[in-house]
Amino acid sequence: MHLNDPAIIQFLKWLGGLLTGDLGRSYSNNMPVADLIGRRLVNTLELGLVTAIVSVPLSLALGIAAAINQGTVYDRVVSTLTVGFISVPEFLIATAAQLIFAVYLKWLPALSLAADINSIGDLLRIYTMPVITLILVNSAQMIRMTRAAVIETLHTPYVEMALLKGASRGRMVFRHAVPNTLGPIFNAIALSLSYLLGGVIIVESIFNYPGIAKLMVDAVATRDLPLIQSCAMIFCIGYLVLVTVADIVAILSNPRLR
Amino acid sequence: MKATDAIPVASRRSRYKFNRVAIACFAVIIAWTLVAIFAPLVVRYPIGKIVDYNYFGPISWNFWMGTDYLGRDMFSRIIMGARFTVGISLIAVLIACFNGVVVGMMAAVVGGWFDTIVSRVMDALISIPSKLFGLVVVAGAGSSLPVLVLTLAVIYTPGSYRFARAFAVNINTMDYITVARARGERLGYIIRSEILPNILAPILADFGLRFVYIVLLLSGLSFLGVGVQPPNADWGALVRENLDGLSFGAPAVMFPSLAIATLTISVNLLIDNLPQKIRDRSE
Repeated sequence: MHLNDPAIIQFLKWLGGLLTGDLGRSYSNNMPVADLIGRRLVNTLELGLVTAIVSVPLSLALGIAAAINQGTVYDRVVSTLTVGFISVPEFLIATAAQLIFAVYLKWLPALSLAADINSIGDLLRIYTMPVITLILVNSAQMIRMTRAAVIETLHTPYVEMALLKGASRGRMVFRHAVPNTLGPIFNAIALSLSYLLGGVIIVESIFNYPGIAKLMVDAVATRDLPLIQSCAMIFCIGYLVLVTVADIVAILSNPRLR
Repeated sequence: MKATDAIPVASRRSRYKFNRVAIACFAVIIAWTLVAIFAPLVVRYPIGKIVDYNYFGPISWNFWMGTDYLGRDMFSRIIMGARFTVGISLIAVLIACFNGVVVGMMAAVVGGWFDTIVSRVMDALISIPSKLFGLVVVAGAGSSLPVLVLTLAVIYTPGSYRFARAFAVNINTMDYITVARARGERLGYIIRSEILPNILAPILADFGLRFVYIVLLLSGLSFLGVGVQPPNADWGALVRENLDGLSFGAPAVMFPSLAIATLTISVNLLIDNLPQKIRDRSE
């Protein structure tokens, strides 16, 4: 395990191994790190994908609607709820979801045990609670950013001009305002999805979901450094990819930046 | 609490009007701060002492917030937990914002290679997800209070730096800065007397937001078991300890969660409801 070498040599060896696809061996259970990560990475990606598919359209719709109806009761309810959800830790939402759906209503199991999946119904039951939690945490961020971006554009002179020349409200919003907010909105989406990375760490450990974040938290408990190193690298790569995509989309959607 | 320092200053001038929500939120924040300071006077039992034969006991006259998984008084533990949550977060946010703002203003005024190098280093730091950073540091260095405070401070310095620099760059192009330079003023004087007063309002709002992020991250880390270590407990750790009580709907899980929620929601709402005068300058 090269534990005698200085840290920098250990790091270079790890880097060299990385290039040849060898992530090293886990200290605590003596298995190749790549084998431990493989299946769990897929699980985590599934969780993230399902969350993204539901939360992105949902929060765009709610955010744009809140911006158009700014100052109405609907807008206030949405704004208050989103402030509430972004101000509390993810584990609070997760435990509240457990309390409501598993303890009081008894609709869903409190833990995700992937072993006893027999039907599509079981699969849904297992995914539902982690996904609901992540959607709540994530959408709140996205709704807030979308709403702010659309409101900002609605106050620009050219949108006012469109209204003055007699464009309908719908046309004003969807033809004149929304295309110009695409940059900020995509930025908001990518940023929220990168918050998903943090949310996933908490949600997986609460619901005992067999994903890579749970693997990493367990590895921290046993101070299994090769495993932590590889998991951390995967998370950082995911984060960087999302942020880069956000920047590229922002440039593509704004001709002035091209 | 520094985020709210603006208030006594502001209320002297009549055009700064605070609405009711802001006042209520401010009161909650002050209340938690006082609780954290005077905690030893408020607790009803020694925090480590097992005082009830029941675990996860209900709310009663003796135990205002029930008892925890060992039968310790929850009320006392939450009061003392306020010291950890509010104290650690406050120190961390002070370090993060002080460093971020000072270096940010320096980068804006000095410019050139100093600005480039610092900005790139901060960009590199910001590209590490915060919870992950916390986990990795604890895995490497172990968990103790100084490590925790420093980690939280390091994680939130780049954000503060970027925020302060963005504002300072705008101020830096003003004529009075050029005049100050022509007078031969030093860097320290320019950032202290010319730039800082002009970016103070947005910086204070940012300070409040960053405080919320740190409280959330600290609670999250403690909840994962890598934050404040037993026998001490902050609010996140209290939720974790008593998680088994969730299935009985024990008050021991609810109250620490409520404590976190009241603090963070108050700070967020206070910032959202700041008087228009302050908000205009922070946009």
